[in-house]
Amino acid sequence: MNYALEIQQLHKTYANGFTALKGISFKVEEGDFFALLGPNGAGKSSTLGVVSSLVNKTKGKVTIFGHDLDGDSNAAKRLMGIVPQEFNFNAFEKVQDIVIQQAGYYGIERNQAKLRCEDLLLQLGLWDKRDQAARTLSGGMKRRLMIARALVHQPKLLILDEPTAGVDIELRRSMWAFLQHINAQGTTIILTTHYLEEAESLCHNIAIIDQGDIVENTSMKTLLRQLNTETFILDLAEEVNELPAQTGYSACLLNPHQMQVTINKGQSLNEVFTFLSAMQVHVTSMRNKTNRLEELFVNLVQSNQTQLKGV
Amino acid sequence: MTNYEIYISWLTIVRKEIQRFMRIWVQTLIPPSITMVLYFIIFGNLIGTRIGEMGGFTYMQFVVPGLIMMSVITNSYSNVVSSFYSTKYQGNLEEMLVSPTPNWVILTGYVAGGVARGLAVGTIVTTLSLFFTDLNVHNFAIIAVVVLMTSILFSLGGFINAIYANSFDDISIIPTFVLTPLTYLGGVFYSIELLPDFWASVSQINPVLYMVNAFRYGILGVSDINVGLAFAVIVAFIVALFSFCLYLLNTGKGIRK
Repeated sequence: MNYALEIQQLHKTYANGFTALKGISFKVEEGDFFALLGPNGAGKSSTLGVVSSLVNKTKGKVTIFGHDLDGDSNAAKRLMGIVPQEFNFNAFEKVQDIVIQQAGYYGIERNQAKLRCEDLLLQLGLWDKRDQAARTLSGGMKRRLMIARALVHQPKLLILDEPTAGVDIELRRSMWAFLQHINAQGTTIILTTHYLEEAESLCHNIAIIDQGDIVENTSMKTLLRQLNTETFILDLAEEVNELPAQTGYSACLLNPHQMQVTINKGQSLNEVFTFLSAMQVHVTSMRNKTNRLEELFVNLVQSNQTQLKGV
Repeated sequence: MTNYEIYISWLTIVRKEIQRFMRIWVQTLIPPSITMVLYFIIFGNLIGTRIGEMGGFTYMQFVVPGLIMMSVITNSYSNVVSSFYSTKYQGNLEEMLVSPTPNWVILTGYVAGGVARGLAVGTIVTTLSLFFTDLNVHNFAIIAVVVLMTSILFSLGGFINAIYANSFDDISIIPTFVLTPLTYLGGVFYSIELLPDFWASVSQINPVLYMVNAFRYGILGVSDINVGLAFAVIVAFIVALFSFCLYLLNTGKGIRK
């Protein structure tokens, strides 16, 4: 198995004594779309900081496609592109200058850099803005500029730290489509996000970090299978003022036009609909009450914090 | 990275640095020129005519080389300190740190930017000085090497200042409290022969004295100190500061958490 990223026993203690990472280890397979999730202050940014060489690690080992970040940093750095959480370009420079300059730092000739820049700006809908100063762009455009900048040297691994934070839903979905497109072309992607719907729909594998430790590292499918119950909201065709007594699942009326149903793992929704049909209750539409990954995420983090308090 | 890729990377930094100070030429090239013209008028013309000769030359002829060096020193320093600190402050230093660009390339790229501005301002000031006096070049090679080495030295100084700076106030402290006194006491306006023996000896620990005098020797052919010693001192300072800058970059001081 080839790994795009391997982290072994990574520790990070800052100068003020705060330990952000307590010896985490995980691997990201080549070609994967990987989510690194965790609450604020869990250690996500410290992990990505070490991987991108912006944070000095205390100890541990990081390899990118087999290249040690300490021993062979040039090869390792060449293979990855970083999209940080904060806007970190020179706001007074032109959009295309920012992208072309970044290519220069990787030793790419200016003529070639210009061609790549044009291609990326066209793909990301920024070509019309190429001669504008970066400070004049909207928030979503600035995010896309950072993606173009990170991709200009054609990395095999793209690391995005909350790339869709503060981006409207339409733009977010277009960015998802773009990321899925480059992932399908072979670029490994590591993503941190607070939008768990985003992680669920994009990522194949996942690691959840909390208080400097990895509390879960598995495939998205395996993780979602851990969910013991699932709650749905059903929209009713007619007004219902009292629910008929039911067995095998729990239900309650939210209002005369909506009911909430919670079913156990392995239980069929058919049972619910059969019962409701028999009672002349007609359902027009349904949806999950919360995102499934969100439910699991909250459970895992709460259980980890309870355990730590117990210790 | 191959040597050619390293060259491209270095060129990218140098181009960016030159574009930066050229884009804001009203702030970077014009003010030092105006300041130096005022020095020429006030010290050279108005006061200088009452001072008489110094070192066998008119005061204007004596003071011009020092003023040219003063402009080279302050502009090389301020270019690197303001540019590198801004890059650090805005976060776009990370663009270079995540790339395979070696630290010595980042350092020499910024230094080249500082040298370019130092030479640009030095050239403008030299041209302006011709409106006030005749400059007889004694040794052009010495002039070129001293200007180049001096701008390298003070660009390195600006780089160290920028690494340690945590606010925009910090990048003006060293120029105000260290650089300006060293320059004013470095023989720009007077020959140290005029000083009592004790203060003449104290002046010899000031590195600016060696640069100003070596440059003055290149133009006028006179110097308070041995030119060979001046070169040795400048080279020693460049080696020391360059090594220290690389050490700071390699350990991540002030730029990596």
